Amino acid sequence: MSHSALDSGPAAAGSTPAVDPEPGQARAASTPPVRKRRRSFLPYGLILPAAILELLIHIGPMLLGIWIAFISLTQLNLTNWLNAPFVGLQNFINGLNPDSTIGQAFFSTVGRTLGYTILVVGFSWVLGMAGAVFLSSNFRGRALLRTFFLVPYALPAYVGTIAWAFMFNQRDGAVNQILVDTLHLFGDERPFWLLGENSFGAMVIVNVWQLWPFAFLMLMAALQNVPTDVYEAAAIDGATLWQQFRRITLPMVRPANGVLLMVMSLWTFNQFNVPFVLFGATSPKEATLISPLIYQNSFGSWNFGLGGAMSVLLLIALFIASAFYIRMVLPKGADND
Amino acid sequence: MKNPLKVLSAVAATAALALGLSACGGGGSPQASSDTITYWASDQGNSLDDTAAKLKPTLDRFTEKTGVKVQLEVISWTDLYNRILTAVTSGDGPDVLNIGNTWAVTLQETGAFEPVEGELLEAVGGKDRFLKTSWSTGGAEGKTPTSVPLYGLAYNMYYNTKLFKEAGIEKAPTTWDEFVADAKKLTKDTNGDGKPDQWGFTAAGASVSANSHQAFVRGLQNGGTLFDKDGKPTFDSDPQVEGVKQFVDLMATEKVMSPSDAELSQGSQKVDNLINGKAAMMFDQSPLKNFAARDFKDWGVAPIPMMTAGATGDRGTQSHVAGINLSVFKNSDNKANAIKLAAFLTSDEEQIALNKAYSSLPVVTAASSDAAFQTEEVKAKNDALANHSLPMPLIAKEGQMETLTGTAIKNLFAKAATGTVSEDDIRAALKDANNQMAAAQ
Repeated sequence: MSHSALDSGPAAAGSTPAVDPEPGQARAASTPPVRKRRRSFLPYGLILPAAILELLIHIGPMLLGIWIAFISLTQLNLTNWLNAPFVGLQNFINGLNPDSTIGQAFFSTVGRTLGYTILVVGFSWVLGMAGAVFLSSNFRGRALLRTFFLVPYALPAYVGTIAWAFMFNQRDGAVNQILVDTLHLFGDERPFWLLGENSFGAMVIVNVWQLWPFAFLMLMAALQNVPTDVYEAAAIDGATLWQQFRRITLPMVRPANGVLLMVMSLWTFNQFNVPFVLFGATSPKEATLISPLIYQNSFGSWNFGLGGAMSVLLLIALFIASAFYIRMVLPKGADND
Repeated sequence: MKNPLKVLSAVAATAALALGLSACGGGGSPQASSDTITYWASDQGNSLDDTAAKLKPTLDRFTEKTGVKVQLEVISWTDLYNRILTAVTSGDGPDVLNIGNTWAVTLQETGAFEPVEGELLEAVGGKDRFLKTSWSTGGAEGKTPTSVPLYGLAYNMYYNTKLFKEAGIEKAPTTWDEFVADAKKLTKDTNGDGKPDQWGFTAAGASVSANSHQAFVRGLQNGGTLFDKDGKPTFDSDPQVEGVKQFVDLMATEKVMSPSDAELSQGSQKVDNLINGKAAMMFDQSPLKNFAARDFKDWGVAPIPMMTAGATGDRGTQSHVAGINLSVFKNSDNKANAIKLAAFLTSDEEQIALNKAYSSLPVVTAASSDAAFQTEEVKAKNDALANHSLPMPLIAKEGQMETLTGTAIKNLFAKAATGTVSEDDIRAALKDANNQMAAAQ
């Protein structure tokens, strides 16, 4: 955003409304004193509504969440939460004590959530990349396939997940119908997909199904910017397809990749909808992620302080990880953009 | 827009509009006027619409009698608790509302409901009109209750008479041993593929609240309690472990319950199993509306089996005092009319009409004698409610207790469905729940 665009706006609107002048022309046409007065007020006036809303719907609740982590908030003092007793770091100590049931659950959940994030983002990226490269060449039916790939992304998340929950149902679900009844895998036993150890894998599948079209969309957009003559030149020089992919495609989409991986990781690490719809209010032990754990602590046990403390820890961890990532990875990409 | 003042006013108007919109986001703010009150009803019918349709004649009579209009909202059970807590937190709720009676003490502690004393107590005709067990759920012992009973419910055993006949079982089991033995007889492979497809017993293994009710009842029958005299949780005491083991073993070791039941989270799914002949017995509070909707007639009803026949007192417990209570919101701008509605809904006539419609039990003794409640099913339920039920622990943290014990059992069923469950597993799961309960207190 440049200054000239901002100050030229009102002046241009006032003097020559019919034509959309170049910033430079507008500046020349208006008189300096008037412009100066407007400049001092208008930018602030324009961002005021956004600033107020940001404060109301983002920063306010965030500060409130941090405050809740330091008080003992239960349903007993919910109506009068401003007077809930201040307990300092007690909620954090409870949440982080590795000898306690709660602490153990917290640490194993963080580990599981990390593994989950790596799996989901990894698979989504590979699928998205493969789809994007595949569809970057011209062939009949490309548009149709493109639309088809985007269906999971266009579908409301809740609807897609609930359909998966039906399909994974042990007794009547489509997954067991196909695997057990049609293909005769797993012998006679119909495996459970939403209970026990399989639940983690089921959750990964559903999330990848939902997420990969986003990677596909972003990478396809990025690939549009890679000039075809680069590939042609490489092909003439005898580069294999794999070499072209490694030496041309990957470096060229690097800026998009940087943002894409970060956004997908943040979404997946915070994933709540998929487990909540698949498993209900409490996930199986083997598939409990950090956001559902916070939900269980806050709304299952009505221990809002503990839930708040875990949220703050999560916020700090994500903040550090994002800051590190942005410094290490994004600047080089951003300059190329 | 040359004038900065104009810009400023436009900006201010936008901000004000945005603020106004976001303030509306809380939702559910009732427009109170003197002749309209809002009422949140729990889902007692086959669906939200069905509940509303069955409630309408009563509310019409109320309007006719008092001139007060009622703005009704029926809320599903999955949403009700959170909706109530949102209302409590924001102070912006309906004038009158339904609560699950096991939440009464938890919600009493929030201080958001009108104590049942003075004008309100007088309006509902005093506590002696009500069934003693039901009245006891109104709030913590020794405190002024903040809710009055509205509908009564109790667990009974329902069974498929056709399957009983086929298995040569003439009368329903009364002790736990007989129950397990019968359940084994009723577990059959009917299509010859070497695996059972008809099961002796069915339950919603993933229903947290139903599981917690069983932890309560089975614990009591074995001489345990969920909390000791000092209010400390004792979920993992020997009798509690034994009680939970009996329930989980129906799937884990006795194999009279389908592993698929571990995925059922809705009570209606087990009712389906009974109707379809996939299972022969179940514990339920009020399946009659589902039976009627499916035109299912081959059902029988009996008391929940006990450890020893004819047990009384705590060990004779077959059910918690189930039911729905009614509260008046303290923040109501229209308290006089809210109290009028509470009195009307608990009047003898409306108790008969409503409980008949919802196949629940009247909570006022005068209404119980009505012809509508003299069927075998209602009598069995009434007997359980009046003589064989105890309220779930009347403590502020009842909600957490339900979540923790119910989830522990849900996970144990999941373990039974996908592998084996030992007594140690059960003890460990209940110990975990106990530790979390202790940490929350």
